[in-house]
Amino acid sequence: MMKIKVWGCRGSLPSPGPENIVYGGNTSCIQIIKDDMCIILDGGSGIQRLGKIISPEIQEIHILLTHLHIDHTMGLGFFQPLYNPNTKVHFWGPATSVEPLLHRLRRYFSPPLFPVRLNELPNHPEIHEVGNSEFTIGPLKFRTSYIGHAGPTLGYRVTDGGKTFVYMPDHEPSLASVDFPNMPEWTSGYDLARDADLLFHDGEYTPDEYKTKIGWGHSSINDAINFGRICEVKKLAVFHHDPLNSDERLEEIYKDAMSQENPAYEVVLCKEGDVYEV
Amino acid sequence: MAGQPIELILARQFGDTLSQAVFLVDPEGNLLFYNEKAEMILGVRFGETGAMTQEEWSKMFQPKDEQGRPLSPEDLPLVKTLSDHKPAHGSFYISSATGERHLINVTSIPVEGRPHRFLGAMALFWNSVE
Repeated sequence: MMKIKVWGCRGSLPSPGPENIVYGGNTSCIQIIKDDMCIILDGGSGIQRLGKIISPEIQEIHILLTHLHIDHTMGLGFFQPLYNPNTKVHFWGPATSVEPLLHRLRRYFSPPLFPVRLNELPNHPEIHEVGNSEFTIGPLKFRTSYIGHAGPTLGYRVTDGGKTFVYMPDHEPSLASVDFPNMPEWTSGYDLARDADLLFHDGEYTPDEYKTKIGWGHSSINDAINFGRICEVKKLAVFHHDPLNSDERLEEIYKDAMSQENPAYEVVLCKEGDVYEV
Repeated sequence: MAGQPIELILARQFGDTLSQAVFLVDPEGNLLFYNEKAEMILGVRFGETGAMTQEEWSKMFQPKDEQGRPLSPEDLPLVKTLSDHKPAHGSFYISSATGERHLINVTSIPVEGRPHRFLGAMALFWNSVE
């Protein structure tokens, strides 16, 4: 069994405030808790709080990035274990055809975005480029593939024994599909999400909002529900909440989508602080 | 039912929106898709052909040169692209499924995904006036 803890599920921009107490304001960061390993998906602003509770005794941390948009990387420089000389940090992220991942990460770790450069850290992080790949970290099996979002972007499928968690925080399957949601095998991310026990998937917009934001790389909550349905996942946790939406508004959107789509499987809204067992 | 890589999904979607004829195959040359314009030239709807291997589609439309000599599959631009992963161009005659003879100009391009993964090829073709 693995546990999935949400440290940030807000999209695009941190949005702290009393109106966002329930679902939280930090951007993408997920912790996979398995044995004594430290595995983190994305380095949004949520990673700063996570860094504070990680034991300084831990020797190895893996941070797996879906892509390098700022809401998925903005917390990295504030992740305290990076400054611990006894801790080795591994960065995993999408390969491109042109520029190495290391160079792209250096853009963030340099002025004016951030004062500390990667080579000024006590331990230079180890960089792993992945694309349509399979690899293991401890007992966990990872499969990655490029999915439909602006720029090189990965989805992650994590398998522990017979249980599977899939993470696609930024994904626009209705655009990256031949006939969404009618041709699963011609839909971005289908192979990755198929039969997952738990799927975290982008559901930023209402269907009406999505009409004016086609091509921005994100989904309506209705499309997220339909994507989960065609992939036959057991549970969907809707992710990447619009920073403009309050708790109250998110729950309205959720209720509307649930009544419109009437999914035959479990659908919830991701909340910062939630822990899922898979 | 295996899912297709994002690059081929987008290539198919792109081809579906074009008014030029488009023919899309995987790295082994298996037919993945052709669009409405290609259906007009080939004389058969994509939904009717089903999956076809390279051997099948490269012979189905009886490609011939100007003198009426049959072309081998290796002479076809799309097959060249599948073989060397480079763009290719050529003009030749085909017979459509309805028996019409067409002179077509074909340009084929490799489909490569990040980072340098060969995923198949796309051919765009035009019906020339004889």
